[in-house]
Amino acid sequence: MTRLTIEDLLKIKEKHQAEFNLREGGYRAKVTVHMGTCGIAAGARAVMTALMDEISNAGIKDVIVTTSGCAGLCAREPMATVEIINQPPVKYCDLNEEQIKQIFKEHIMAGTPVEKYVLVAGCETTY
Amino acid sequence: MEDLSLHILDVIENSINADAAKIRLTITEDTGKNLFSIEITDNGRGMDEEAIKMASDPFFTTKAKRTGLGIPFLADAAREAGGNISIKSGKGQGTTITANFQHDHIDRKPLGDIEKTIAVLIAAGPHIDFIFEFKRNEKNYLIDTAEIKEKLGDVPVNDPEVINFIKDGIRQWLKDTQDMIRYDLNKSRHSGL
Repeated sequence: MTRLTIEDLLKIKEKHQAEFNLREGGYRAKVTVHMGTCGIAAGARAVMTALMDEISNAGIKDVIVTTSGCAGLCAREPMATVEIINQPPVKYCDLNEEQIKQIFKEHIMAGTPVEKYVLVAGCETTY
Repeated sequence: MEDLSLHILDVIENSINADAAKIRLTITEDTGKNLFSIEITDNGRGMDEEAIKMASDPFFTTKAKRTGLGIPFLADAAREAGGNISIKSGKGQGTTITANFQHDHIDRKPLGDIEKTIAVLIAAGPHIDFIFEFKRNEKNYLIDTAEIKEKLGDVPVNDPEVINFIKDGIRQWLKDTQDMIRYDLNKSRHSGL
């Protein structure tokens, strides 16, 4: 049996803390749009605005949208990370307004990640 | 970046990353003085003297492993439009960044969709108290999210309905005052300012 490391324990703690935070806030999902200089220059504000419009039009209250700084992959901006309770986080890249609308409908609302836009899934949380 | 509202978003993201709880944005258009000014004040961690000196250097940052470009880009945009940038800050004392532009300079970028920048900031930072102030000559428009939160009670300030209300208010005010700016700008050009 593989021994647990401190890093593994920290990951478990982070995962549970993340889920706890989402439940405590009454939110089912959190979307983080990366809003560093690179993201803003590449169109992150338009992506976030489109997402906020979708949430508004759908009339839902259990999805929270926030921003973070540069994720370190400036060439793949705009990027967004979708975190849904009890599902691994999914980071999307090279986004535009139409793509985030599709992600909203298929992933955030229906629970199925849009694979063709996924950069990475399941390896990190942003909170 | 194509418009100043994107630079503003970038610099205010720095304030948020510096743990600011209060952020004030003032945009002043004074056609009599041929001035377009952006001032951002926060109560975040602040910068020491060395950091202030380096803040306009695109290869300087206080963020680990990252490059800080928000202030250098804003400084470039100001200088391209016959203006300048000033930074007042101290460790633990917050930061004030003021960028001045020549209002009628051909290379001054447009303000752009400032209401979208403000909507993004409020949506992402409902815990932060923002003050957004617009001044166009003698006209003035102010949004204080602390006041809005007090009035809303249990309704979160980042509720989509609240954000749309704020966006619409800004858009309408800018539209209502746009003609006045155009008129005054023409007058100042004809008078040789």
